[in-house]
Amino acid sequence: MFELMGWKKRDWNFVGMRYGAFAFSGVLIAIGLYAIVMMGLGKGKMGIDFVGGLTMNVAIDKVVSLDDIRKGFVVGGIGEAEIQQIQSATGQRLLIKLRKSGQDKDVQALLTKIAVGAVVTVEGVQEVGPAVGEKLREQAAWAVLWAIILITVYIWFRFEYRFGIAAAIATAHDVIAMIGFAYVMDKDFTMLIVTALLTLAGYSLTDTVVVFDRIRENLRLMHKQPFNDIVNKSINEILSRTFVTSLTVLLPLIAIMIYGSHVTYDFAMVLIAGIVIGTYSSWFVASPILVEWEHRKRLAAVAMAAASQNQPKR
Amino acid sequence: MIARYRDIILAVLAALTLIAGVSIYPLNKKINLGLDLQGGMQLVLEVETDKLPKGTTVQDACERAIEIIRNRVDAIGVAEPLIQKQGESWITIQLPGIKDPQKAIDLIGQTALLEFKLVSPKALDEVIDKDGNPVAKKLGKDLEVVAGKDIGSRYLLEKLQLMTGASLATASVSTGEMGEPVVSFQMTNEGGRAFAKLTGDHVNRQLAIVLDGKVYSAPVIRSRIGGGSGIIEGRFSWDEARNLALVLRAGALPAPVRIINKEVVGPSLGKDSIDRGLKAAVFGTMLVMLFMAFYYRVSGVIANVALAINFLFLLAILSWLKATLTLPGIAGIALTMGMAVDGNVLILERIREELRSGKTVRVAIDNGYSRALATVVDSHVTTLLTAAILFFLGSGPIKGFAVTLFWGVFLSLFTAIVITRAVFEMRKQHVGLSI
Repeated sequence: MFELMGWKKRDWNFVGMRYGAFAFSGVLIAIGLYAIVMMGLGKGKMGIDFVGGLTMNVAIDKVVSLDDIRKGFVVGGIGEAEIQQIQSATGQRLLIKLRKSGQDKDVQALLTKIAVGAVVTVEGVQEVGPAVGEKLREQAAWAVLWAIILITVYIWFRFEYRFGIAAAIATAHDVIAMIGFAYVMDKDFTMLIVTALLTLAGYSLTDTVVVFDRIRENLRLMHKQPFNDIVNKSINEILSRTFVTSLTVLLPLIAIMIYGSHVTYDFAMVLIAGIVIGTYSSWFVASPILVEWEHRKRLAAVAMAAASQNQPKR
Repeated sequence: MIARYRDIILAVLAALTLIAGVSIYPLNKKINLGLDLQGGMQLVLEVETDKLPKGTTVQDACERAIEIIRNRVDAIGVAEPLIQKQGESWITIQLPGIKDPQKAIDLIGQTALLEFKLVSPKALDEVIDKDGNPVAKKLGKDLEVVAGKDIGSRYLLEKLQLMTGASLATASVSTGEMGEPVVSFQMTNEGGRAFAKLTGDHVNRQLAIVLDGKVYSAPVIRSRIGGGSGIIEGRFSWDEARNLALVLRAGALPAPVRIINKEVVGPSLGKDSIDRGLKAAVFGTMLVMLFMAFYYRVSGVIANVALAINFLFLLAILSWLKATLTLPGIAGIALTMGMAVDGNVLILERIREELRSGKTVRVAIDNGYSRALATVVDSHVTTLLTAAILFFLGSGPIKGFAVTLFWGVFLSLFTAIVITRAVFEMRKQHVGLSI
């Protein structure tokens, strides 16, 4: 038998760490909500597919410094272009983004002028008109809405009340924290990022289901023990399992980030963050919420009992 | 599970694997690649509905436009073009592997509305003010000022459309008097008769040949022209003349169209994306397999075999469904390889746990499957749900991701439950089980 080192003796007090975790999660969610508000106000970096504009993938068979190219663009009157260098086996490859459509020929002409004597090949062009961007925004909004509805309905059917609420909070926590991460990392908010968010919303429940199923099983077996202990024991018991399932998903994502195309780089990066957050939340957020819930219920029951005892006798 | 049942499952599995293997060979012919991988162009055109001729519905105009664009695309010679209506007034055109995107754009985007109109006998000077702008009051409702193809030239035309390109039977490139390229056209019989009457009625007047709102030439009608043939001059290059002849043959669009979305992927960019995508997927899957073999030993290797079969089935399903593989789709395959082992991880961990608590191998395996099964299935339902949402609401590359995510996860449930189970049933006999 082989197990990860140090995991044999598993009696970490996850429940005891819940206030620290709640504080940390509070910060994550605050950043995420701030990012959502900023995007709502139009101050976020929306992807070109959502707002319309131009993305060009250009190969130059000679190396020209990025500074010279940027200066050339300013002189040429397209100073607002975002210019980024991307990996290429030969020569130089640039990704040029403009939040305005209809200028692909100007960009090409300008580059030919800047890179004197080099062959400028336009490898890819993506030009999105405002109407198409609006349509895509609409599609994304519908996708998010449906995901929220279906996942909520699923949780509602799958879990009893308190587990359902905790699972829903944990999932929302993961997605909001992930939006915050994308915002802080200054990532363009594209349809592919929305796809990553939805994928995480679906996948983040995996770990939560695993933890909750164990808590329910242990509740039946050891119903006489304190709720805290049952939750703690459950998390510890399935610790390696939630860790391993997350790790096996992280491995291909890391490979996509390192070896994949620039198109899927941000997607993989945001999803990696999401899965790390999701694993954290299934240990430190979802289950401790149950504990808090149970405490409140007990306190309320005690208060009720006390209140009924204190009632004046007639 | 009795032994006979197990044998049947293994036999069916072997047969399915064989079928899957055969059905995806050769792979490059059986898997549809998206435009982002094979290179090509996608355009979304918007029919300018405010410029529709009276009495035409948007629906009719779109259908007619699609038909004409199809004719034009066929004339360029693109293998497997996809042209379809999207929403109310949009047309999506996919041209895989196209060599010269700009030429295709010029051809497809051109309205090619050919009109014959009379030049007014009035002088242009009579209707413009001192800045050269036409004065609406002086023009009245019958006259219009139209730009000529030569920069700066303008003509005063009578608005009445005498004939259109709809009367043309064919058009081709020929050589003018000076050896320059011109486009000659031949009208239909009916069109020829109308043209003869038109020219007979207006001898000594100037007849303007207007293409897409520009006057190309305005020759004087010397006498009645029978036979219904003529030429369009306009200082063309040979390429321009050929394109014009082509679009005139294919017919005019019912209304102008505007390109609202354009995606061009060059062949080398597509190949680069395939290479990088494959490299990432192969490395990712290898990492997962190495980890499984290292962490779970023999059971991990069994999970890896199941993973390989899973992968094979996924490719087979993609080819059966004629699904399109895109770059995010490749990422989706890599991702599902990581998710696919989840089921096995949950079951193996459960078996380990049962063994640790002193159960026999046989009981541990049975318990492992029966107790972990619900969790395995349930934990994947929401991923399937989100994949389905992305499939129905996403487009292009995203749809490609949704397809691979959905089937990858779906198959992983099948492999975790059926394949590894069958193998474990065989291993029950062994006493020293390494998990």
